[in-house]
Amino acid sequence: MPTEAPAKEAPITQAPEHKPKTFREEVWSIPGGEAIKLCIQCGTCAGSCLNANQMDYSPRKVIAMVRANMKTEVLKSNSMWYCVSCYMCSVRCPRDIHITDMMYVLKGLAVEEGHVWKRGRTSNLAKGIVESVNWYGRVFEVEMVINYFFRTRPWRLIGMTPLGFSLLKKGRMPLRPHPIKGRDELRKIVQAAGELEVKP
Amino acid sequence: MKYTYFPGCSLEAGSIGYNMSTLAVSDTLGIELKELEDWNCCGATAYTSITDIQAFAICARNLALAEKEGRDIVAPCSACYTTMRKTNTYLRTYPEVKEKVGKALAAAGLSYGGGIRVVHLAEILTDGNGTMKALGEKVKVKLAGLKVACYHGCQIVRPGGGFDDPEFPTALDRLMTALGAEPVPFPMTARCCGGSMIVSRREIALHHLYKILRCAADSGAQCIVTACPLCHLTLDAYQGMVNRKFGTHYRIPIMYFPQLIGIALGFKPKELGIEKNIIGSKNLLGPYSK
Repeated sequence: MPTEAPAKEAPITQAPEHKPKTFREEVWSIPGGEAIKLCIQCGTCAGSCLNANQMDYSPRKVIAMVRANMKTEVLKSNSMWYCVSCYMCSVRCPRDIHITDMMYVLKGLAVEEGHVWKRGRTSNLAKGIVESVNWYGRVFEVEMVINYFFRTRPWRLIGMTPLGFSLLKKGRMPLRPHPIKGRDELRKIVQAAGELEVKP
Repeated sequence: MKYTYFPGCSLEAGSIGYNMSTLAVSDTLGIELKELEDWNCCGATAYTSITDIQAFAICARNLALAEKEGRDIVAPCSACYTTMRKTNTYLRTYPEVKEKVGKALAAAGLSYGGGIRVVHLAEILTDGNGTMKALGEKVKVKLAGLKVACYHGCQIVRPGGGFDDPEFPTALDRLMTALGAEPVPFPMTARCCGGSMIVSRREIALHHLYKILRCAADSGAQCIVTACPLCHLTLDAYQGMVNRKFGTHYRIPIMYFPQLIGIALGFKPKELGIEKNIIGSKNLLGPYSK
């Protein structure tokens, strides 16, 4: 994989008096992110991770790579997409590093910088949930799941029908959304928050 | 005790039984739950995967609405509980988050002063304020001889600082003991079920589910008690797929903890939404719900 020269690293979108943030600076600018500097590479996170065996790089390696500014390698890897947000690494970390939060910011950066495949599964699922919340104010599961399969692997929908049918029969799958009254209010909040989001 | 009730998206769709049993049980135990007017989705773990300030901001809307009512929020869903509690903690701990979220809320004419606590249903039942004792006294049908595996799941006790031990929580075990049931040793109690991958990476999630079901079966449990809509959905609705993939024959009923509390308080299974579970539990609960 090509390594990037530090000069080319981040597009300049900030006020001119600020230097563009390097990759590691972006990651440790998240709430509590500075703790990443304190990592002692003990590997407790990797040993606690449910899905470390599926990852290109274990959480411990991801931290080392973030600190080494290996942006492309990290963002192109599958590691953060296999994080199930169970927070086991975070509660066990002897240095109090918010590893799950780090995985979140890496997911966000990978999406933002176009490092995810168009049919990427977990990224499309997350995007679908965000769209559903922004549109209705609450998740409309049926539509969200159908959209997800159309975007990723439409043929897999057939295999899901028995499960959908049994949930429907039990009255556990409403076919109508429950939009909230304050949709405009929520959209204003989302829009305003989006403008304040830390951008690289 | 009066609380603002935050059901969350799951409890009005796939986990309707959790909603029914929560309302039935809390009413009997003298816990007044008033649903938060026009609440929005907490965003769960998916929203923060895409953006962070927006994810905090949508949670903060709920907190701001609840603050107007002046009551603490009780959320039965583990994901709603964790996400909103995390937002609350981050708003208190990190001034930059507070400032940005405050600005976002102001765009809709709302503000949040940080005066609301987010608590879990299991927390208010076990936190030593006498509710457990009251529950014990109100039990009409002792669930004697019922062997349960208490499955807390991952979100409810993490990230650290929750109401119970982050790795070996016992809240559900204590509740089940108060009902007369017998919790079996269940080391997988706080393991993640892989639920957030059940749609996108099903094979991996099924593997995690298999381990949990096997652990419960090997411990001699007759049913699994859970506090999370996603754990319930995956263990209940995908149990058939686990069986097909691993050649097993599990038919372990999965119950929300208020459903079993409801049985012990003398409710009919139908009133608690138990018949909505895919794995039937007629034989199991028959002796207790005549």
